[in-house]
Amino acid sequence: MSDAPAKAVADRLVKAKRLNALLTPPKDLRKSLSAQAAAARPTGVLYGMPVAVKDNICTLEFTTSCGSRILEGYRSPYEATAVAKLKAAGALIAGKTNCDEFAMGSSTEHSAYGRVLHPLDKTRVPGGSSGGSAALVAAGAVPAALGSETGGSVRQPAAFCGVVGIKPTYGRVSRWGLVAFGSSLDQIGVFGRSVHDAARVLSVISGRDPRDATCEDRDPLRLPTVPESLQGFVIGLPREYFPAELDPAVRRACDRAVRHLKDLGASVREVSLPHTPYAVPTYYVIAPAEASSNLARYDGVRYGPRFDGHADVRSLYRTTRGQGFGPEVRRRILVGTYVLSSGYYDAYYRRAQQMRSLIAQDFRNVWDRGVDLLFTPTVPTPAFKAGEKLADPIAMYMSDVFTVTANLAGLPAMSLPIGRVKGLPIGGQLIGQAFLEDEMIEAAYALERVVPATDEA
Amino acid sequence: MPPAWETIIGLETHVQLRTKSKMFCGCSTAFGAPPNTQVCPVCLGLPGALPAPNGAAIGLAVRGALALGCTVHPKSIFARKNYFYPDLPKGYQISQFDQPLATSGTLSFLSPERGIINAGVVRLHLEEDAGKSIHDRFAKATAVDLNRSGVPLIEIVGGPDLRSPAEARAYLLTLKQLLEYIGISDCDMEKGSLRVDANVSVRRAGETALNTRTEVKNINSFAFVEKALTVERDRQIALVESGGSVTQQTMLYDSRENTVRPQRSKEESHDYRYFPEPDLPPLVLTPEFVAEQQSELPELPAQKRERFVASYALSREHAAVVTNSRAVADYYENVVRAGAEPQAAANWVMTEALADAKDYQDQLRVAPGALAQLIALVKGGTLSHQAAKKVFGEVAAKGGDPRTIAESLGLIQVGDSNVVSGWVTDVLGAHAPEVGRYKNGETKLMAFFLGQVMRASKGKADPKLAQRVLEEKLAS
Repeated sequence: MSDAPAKAVADRLVKAKRLNALLTPPKDLRKSLSAQAAAARPTGVLYGMPVAVKDNICTLEFTTSCGSRILEGYRSPYEATAVAKLKAAGALIAGKTNCDEFAMGSSTEHSAYGRVLHPLDKTRVPGGSSGGSAALVAAGAVPAALGSETGGSVRQPAAFCGVVGIKPTYGRVSRWGLVAFGSSLDQIGVFGRSVHDAARVLSVISGRDPRDATCEDRDPLRLPTVPESLQGFVIGLPREYFPAELDPAVRRACDRAVRHLKDLGASVREVSLPHTPYAVPTYYVIAPAEASSNLARYDGVRYGPRFDGHADVRSLYRTTRGQGFGPEVRRRILVGTYVLSSGYYDAYYRRAQQMRSLIAQDFRNVWDRGVDLLFTPTVPTPAFKAGEKLADPIAMYMSDVFTVTANLAGLPAMSLPIGRVKGLPIGGQLIGQAFLEDEMIEAAYALERVVPATDEA
Repeated sequence: MPPAWETIIGLETHVQLRTKSKMFCGCSTAFGAPPNTQVCPVCLGLPGALPAPNGAAIGLAVRGALALGCTVHPKSIFARKNYFYPDLPKGYQISQFDQPLATSGTLSFLSPERGIINAGVVRLHLEEDAGKSIHDRFAKATAVDLNRSGVPLIEIVGGPDLRSPAEARAYLLTLKQLLEYIGISDCDMEKGSLRVDANVSVRRAGETALNTRTEVKNINSFAFVEKALTVERDRQIALVESGGSVTQQTMLYDSRENTVRPQRSKEESHDYRYFPEPDLPPLVLTPEFVAEQQSELPELPAQKRERFVASYALSREHAAVVTNSRAVADYYENVVRAGAEPQAAANWVMTEALADAKDYQDQLRVAPGALAQLIALVKGGTLSHQAAKKVFGEVAAKGGDPRTIAESLGLIQVGDSNVVSGWVTDVLGAHAPEVGRYKNGETKLMAFFLGQVMRASKGKADPKLAQRVLEEKLAS
């Protein structure tokens, strides 16, 4: 490949600099893109396609800081399987995107490197934690980007920014090289400007990997064709996802999307997932519990910066972790340590695991009644203002209320734009059955063709 | 120990499994490499790295569990044991907690005080090792070597079934023998491939409840097992007798001072916050896999010992010596198979062969066929026992055929009655007074004459033939 395409890719990304979505310095980006373009395999299915990568996914080309001070300047000696697969398919790794520290947050306001601006309204957040990836795709700087999800961190920013975001089934994509937050929930996801852009990147990064024992021994996802209609599809509307207090504009956009689904021939019926109200509390026990253990390795002993003021190893841990982690990460480590402590384990962690099973069973009950897919709003509101929820962690957590369920149940889910309110995008969510991403994507293809995604709802 | 007291000991033994690669990555487990050269993102705990279980280690662990008569569970769960330490790169150790690989086994061993004891094995689980902190290499600094990080271990938790330090030592030696037999570990305490911690409590004779126990750590060698436990037992008894009570704590053994000291409270009081390892699915073992491991088990030491008693008519003591290691037992059987009489073979193996092996890193240097031939030469009268020992030494050092070596050393017994007769005539001629005394009834002088004949023949005269000729000549 000549250097011109690499330069064009870099130019577009640098132009979007004001969003603070990319953590890679322009100089490093240009240099690497030009080297990557020279080395890219022309036979790959993503030949020449720039894909930006969330900063918690290990790359050889760029540093991997996870939006944290504690990994500032950290360069991984190996790369994530998903990244290696992208490169093998000829894609160009287009820099590292800003995110909430260790993917903990719903707004990017918890990044140690400053928040990402919403491409359509700089006073608002792009969502999170994969907000940098979502914003870059929305701004047209890249056609696709990798993000990661633990509790909606791809779908929520996709909805806020008006792009497509897919979270595959747990075990569909290798987690090798994805810096762990909540290992039983984490999954790499993709953003695209269209369903097809997102789906084709997902197809490339999916498939078995012996280095991840939780990655299923399956062939890569095969993309479905765009269907003429949704005749034969049974789509459920879980009533718990349409509460009375739902933002009226979000409800209008969803109603309109449902009319389109019906027009496409799908059979639509109301269903119930009765344990939904427990999903956020369950998630905020399990995810911090795993995080408290996963983040124990950042102690200043082997890599990453050490912070001053240590006399012995205990105080090295204290200063490094006390100064290296931001407040939200510290809060979750404290919560996670608490819920795993002897005497509290049964009351919190064990009960949360039991509730997680019931939430997963809710979905199986619905599938058993002949429902193929669920349709819901992705987030209860459009993008909120920066600072609006920063002082109230619970309000911030409630932004995840419709998305954490798919992570707890390990199911594939995606968000696609279904309309706007006062210019701000609204996302509709499809939740599919485990490893049936193809059916979910098929329905998304059909809906995407007819829904007026940029019209006011 | 005053008989008024009973000691209760249970051992927790960590055993390094004999695999080429680590528990959750492909790094080498070879001992002695330069620090931090056998490491990768997984065992360094780098961000984003994930564990992938080593099937070979799982197989060896199952073999160990089967050899200890444990119930091997079709499904077990890896769990994270969380604590901070510089040589623990992830901040947690992958282990097993409430659903271990195997439970409820027994180890049968010979107690020096109580005869055969069936000690309980509460559980056996798989885990990875931590790295090594080196405190004495650099001034005012601790170095960390992560070559050992992620090396596969099994932990064998024994029940509170041992009643003395000597019994604990016998238990441990039997366990080591078993694990070496089945080939799952080299059990070298000096290399750290076998480590033991002991739970110790005391109670007055006749009491049945268990009292507060302490955990004794830092027992680095077999030589210290009995010493460390004796020191701790005596400490507890003295404490209670003087009106004190035992505190549940970890005691570190100092082998140089032969003392125990409590571990600093900072170093313990861990809440390990165990929870299921989300990076690893449950460990599911198929019945086929377990059966395959069972079929890989050799005859176990106790079975072999009893078979040797039955098949070779050896005493239980001799059988125990000969079956002490699998290599020696195999050697013994090969000597018998090569035609040696079983008891004679046992005598040779227990004395000459083991003595020689001790000097040469446990090598059995004389081939089984050669030893069988040597035994046959003694039995057939071609070599005296003394001469045969010399030949054994030569064959051990240089190899070769025992008969040829015996010939070249001039050690073959002379069985030609004319030649022997000549030596006898010479001896009797030279000792006329003794001949007279013999004829007057001092028949015990026969031993003297025989000695003289052997001396005259430089040990080559067949002793039985010489005696017969002496008797004939002295009778005439």
